[in-house]
Amino acid sequence: MAFLSIQNLKVQYQTQGKRVHAVDDVSFSLENKESMAIAGESACGKSTLGLTIMRALQGNAAVSGEILLDDKPILKISDEEFTKNMRWKEISMVFQGAMNSLDPVFTVKQQFEEILKKHGYKGDHQKAILEAVSVVGLPVDVLEKFPHELSGGMKQRVVISMALLLKPKFVIADEPTTALDVLVQAQIMSLLKRLKKEGICVMLISHDLGIISEIAEKVGIMYAGRIVEFGNLSDIYGNPKHPYTDALLKSVPKLKGESELVSLKGNPPSLVNPPEGCRFYDRCPHAMEKCKKEPPKIKTPSGFVLCWLYE
Amino acid sequence: MAYNQVIMEEILSVKDLRKYFARGGLSSRKDVVRAVDEVSFSVKKGETFVLAGESGSGKTTTARLILRAIEPDTGSIIFDGVNVDNYGSALRKIRKECRMIHQDPYASVNPRMTVSDIVKEPLDIHEIGNTGEKNKLILEALQEVKLEPAEEIAKKYPHELSGGQRQRVAIARSIVTRPKLVIADEPVSMLDVSVRVGILELMRELQEKLGISFLYITHDLSTARYIGHRIAIMYRGKIVESGPISDVLSRPRHPYTQALIDSISDPNPDNLNKNKEIRINEPLDLNVYEGCRFRARCPYAVEKCKQEPKLEADEQDRLVACFFKLN
Repeated sequence: MAFLSIQNLKVQYQTQGKRVHAVDDVSFSLENKESMAIAGESACGKSTLGLTIMRALQGNAAVSGEILLDDKPILKISDEEFTKNMRWKEISMVFQGAMNSLDPVFTVKQQFEEILKKHGYKGDHQKAILEAVSVVGLPVDVLEKFPHELSGGMKQRVVISMALLLKPKFVIADEPTTALDVLVQAQIMSLLKRLKKEGICVMLISHDLGIISEIAEKVGIMYAGRIVEFGNLSDIYGNPKHPYTDALLKSVPKLKGESELVSLKGNPPSLVNPPEGCRFYDRCPHAMEKCKKEPPKIKTPSGFVLCWLYE
Repeated sequence: MAYNQVIMEEILSVKDLRKYFARGGLSSRKDVVRAVDEVSFSVKKGETFVLAGESGSGKTTTARLILRAIEPDTGSIIFDGVNVDNYGSALRKIRKECRMIHQDPYASVNPRMTVSDIVKEPLDIHEIGNTGEKNKLILEALQEVKLEPAEEIAKKYPHELSGGQRQRVAIARSIVTRPKLVIADEPVSMLDVSVRVGILELMRELQEKLGISFLYITHDLSTARYIGHRIAIMYRGKIVESGPISDVLSRPRHPYTQALIDSISDPNPDNLNKNKEIRINEPLDLNVYEGCRFRARCPYAVEKCKQEPKLEADEQDRLVACFFKLN
């Protein structure tokens, strides 16, 4: 039984008479409680995917497909029930730009209290808060402080500890280190690594292939609303199959070792009227005539790839 | 590398530059932030010099001081043989021949101006050419940054362009006056990973073709390594280490440089099962301006570090400000 299974997920935003296909027919599953990452460039739909699992999309989004977490059909549960039993208790999320998601007029402790109250927490509030704060390695005196008194890294840790407050099994972290300094970034990654060891399943959403390699056992590469390749970290990084994955890996400057960098020409297609066939067609060095048709899903040793090359 | 075979002159030389800011507003007790403190370095003709450090290390303040967007407290800036002081002629020279590319291409170009007008603005300000010549220079600059077809792009507005294209417009604007030095302040950090390399390659190409020197300001050592020749690492307003870039990054001598390198994750599947070790301490509560500024976090700090280390020659082409000096 899969821990998380997503089948034929589609998310469309309706804006100004246009329909944006932000997530288009995404399917994958996590067998055990492995940690995973969704990698891709801006506007490829990776944040939308995270928000859909969290059921935190805006009203103009239409969702179809199926998401099963521990066999519970997330999309079919009523809103009320999802809030009561799942949100923050089973799944929680560290939102993008989390540093700015704290309320500036309340102390950190008041903001923790709010979560506990909203979710009707029965146990000892003080104890739960202290535990959550110590898990992320923050000193107790941050609780009495206001957000502006904390540094960026500390705010990020506060937000992560809020996500862990009700002990969820599954935490979605959307760009948790972007906008932080490199040293602080590394500390947050060490923290996530430790949480992972303690049994929390992390889903990391990021454009940074370096930090993904610190956390994720499974990686999904997303391009223009689709997951074009999915598999084990070592397979994806060591032996990329999809031309986009290959191009993405080749475009990252590295600190160690010599490697030639290749830049990717062109822009991703508009998601308002996505083209028929493979969406990477215009930028792909291996594009062939049949790539104008919908690419097949080919099984790989640890996942799949959407590409005609491996037919 | 071909660049050090020729004897190179300096295009920019910064000496003992200092800028302190007072913090604390109207209250009587003011904190002084030593944003840039006795900073000296030079950029040679045709090279890319990297100024690297975290936010708050003073790297952007240094750039602003060079262009006299703010006044330095003390120190001198010599650009192309001319001492940049407050006299009009020197200021006009440095602002025409030393140009800047900013971090965010969504904020640095005016959304109400066409690409052609954006690139033309420096020509108007510096009164270069008549209308016909200006148009020719604009199209040339757009072609040089690979915005083709230039005639069509020139008529567009920024919202019609992608982030990478906007940054190319900003680069075209910076090279249209034929500058000798371009200060690039985090030019790729707001761009998508796949287009970053394209911009870095473009900078390299412009350097070869037009002989432009770059002062590349960044927190990202990986892109710095890709494009830079020499590097200076800044920490809290001071340069702690400098030298040829591959040398500094492969064999850091200052503990702060080592910690920065430790903290970077290259995309490598081996990382997954390794513990990330960063050789740095939790900061102690010390006066950072007493002695070495890195002392509060340095795992190698000794008693002597209460004195201030000088940035001194260590071995060939390398300068380090540290009593301990890693091997």
